[in-house]
Amino acid sequence: MRKLKEFIIDKLIFICGLASIFFVILIFLFLSKEALAVFKYVSPVDFLAGKRWYPISEPAQLGILPLIFGSLMVTLGAAIISIPIGIACAVYISEVAPSGIKEFLKAGIELLAAIPSVVLGFIGMVTLVPWVKRIFGLPTGLTALSGSIILAFMAMPTIVSIAEDALYSVPKNYKEGAFALGATHWQTIYRVLLPAASSGIVAAVMLGIGRVIGETMAVMMITGNAAVIPHSILVPVRTLTATIAAEMGEAVVGSEHYFALFAIGIVLFIISFIINVSADLFLHKRS
Amino acid sequence: MSNTQRSQKIAFFFLFLATLLILVPVGLIVVVIVQKGLPAINWQFLSDIPRQGMRAGGIFPAIIGTFYLVFGAILFALPIGLLAAIYLSEYAGNNPLNRIIKLAIVNLAGVPSVVYGLFGLALFVVFLRFGASILSGSLTLGIMILPIIITTAREALESVPQSFREVSLSLGASKWQTIRHIVLPNAIPGILTGTILGLGRAAGETAPILFTVAAFYLPRLPKSIFDQVMALPYHLYVISTQVPNVEEKIRYGTALVLLSLVLFMNLVAIIIRYNFRKRKKW
Repeated sequence: MRKLKEFIIDKLIFICGLASIFFVILIFLFLSKEALAVFKYVSPVDFLAGKRWYPISEPAQLGILPLIFGSLMVTLGAAIISIPIGIACAVYISEVAPSGIKEFLKAGIELLAAIPSVVLGFIGMVTLVPWVKRIFGLPTGLTALSGSIILAFMAMPTIVSIAEDALYSVPKNYKEGAFALGATHWQTIYRVLLPAASSGIVAAVMLGIGRVIGETMAVMMITGNAAVIPHSILVPVRTLTATIAAEMGEAVVGSEHYFALFAIGIVLFIISFIINVSADLFLHKRS
Repeated sequence: MSNTQRSQKIAFFFLFLATLLILVPVGLIVVVIVQKGLPAINWQFLSDIPRQGMRAGGIFPAIIGTFYLVFGAILFALPIGLLAAIYLSEYAGNNPLNRIIKLAIVNLAGVPSVVYGLFGLALFVVFLRFGASILSGSLTLGIMILPIIITTAREALESVPQSFREVSLSLGASKWQTIRHIVLPNAIPGILTGTILGLGRAAGETAPILFTVAAFYLPRLPKSIFDQVMALPYHLYVISTQVPNVEEKIRYGTALVLLSLVLFMNLVAIIIRYNFRKRKKW
């Protein structure tokens, strides 16, 4: 009897152990099941490289290039802001900050990570957007720049905490060795610690960028949602994620618009898959 | 002062500046929301239904909706996540399968939230015919927080010293008895931390519930798990972008309620973790 019970429990644990593989496959299958249907209406090349996204015109034009550019521009802006600040903050917390305030600083970073994206989007709308409008004298503050700034704040907790982990796990004798040779603390940081932690820091940056590409609500609320190829960072853009969130409510189940939004979903899924697998490789290179 | 020392001073100053650049805005965000949202908070705001096209009244249905969704998500994710963590920490060896499972968890954690929304729509709402309902929304959120729960629970289980297991096994306990009576009790604070972090994440997410459960305006409470509900994050999105002329106070008030809920859960998780580390006997 007890043997049987243990046998069942063992099997149950094994099945649950496989659950995450099961769900990743399930997500991929259900996305592609709906997404592949779009290629009855539009060729993969026209879908990815088409310059017009007019999903409800007759006939529908389903080119996602403007959306890809929108995502790229917002992501690039966020990366330029968040990578240097994030890495610098990680170095400060792990190496420079007095031990008394270290935990306090870390809690502040965790606090930022915990703020829901819709709250950041709301705050961006009521504060940042009017500022951007006034400072640059624009007709609207709902621009790629506003989106980049808010997204930078969503990427920074990821970058800081993973980069800090990477710096922390550099063996202590590297540091002692550098000190013994007469290097200053700063020389040790940028000549020894940063290179030694580089693969972890690269992973941190990649995961931060992954977070930015996938972010939806804040972006939808503050980038203005214009599906045209942007020519500057001071114009409204529309990202891949915001397109899905904004349009799925109106798309009829089984229409080409519905399938096209799923196809965008699979593009996002594949991007996040590539980013996460390669970041994981970088993280494991270290050990 | 020598050259190298000066450059160190300058470098450290910039590192400090970068830290301030992150933390000062965070502080300001919280302060502004509290300051402008607090005047809106009263008993009526928390207990009344939205009135006059969401421009007056309260946010009670959204609060209740969020509670249902979060509860449903954890009901689904905790058992599966905990058993998966037990598998990884107690059963799995260092083999390719284990490696693939870990990669799958990392991937699940990285899938954009709106993609979870699409998946929930395709699987639960359309394919399984649950419709836009608490059930569909909870399951979608549940899968989304699964990686958080697995990762934190696994860390908690792995931090229980190997010797505890060996003693138990040497006394004739079976593997499951050892897990059940020795490993799990010692890992409970860590598991609790992960669960609460998962709750906080589920409470704050909007994109996964957009097409699976969230109702634009539904001034009554749900009767079954097949009903739609309003939810706090979606409600904040609606009154800040979709409904014109909502008083600023009401928007800030809603943001404050959502933020307090999420931050409160995170705070509890941090306190549990802190106390646990302090009390740790090994």
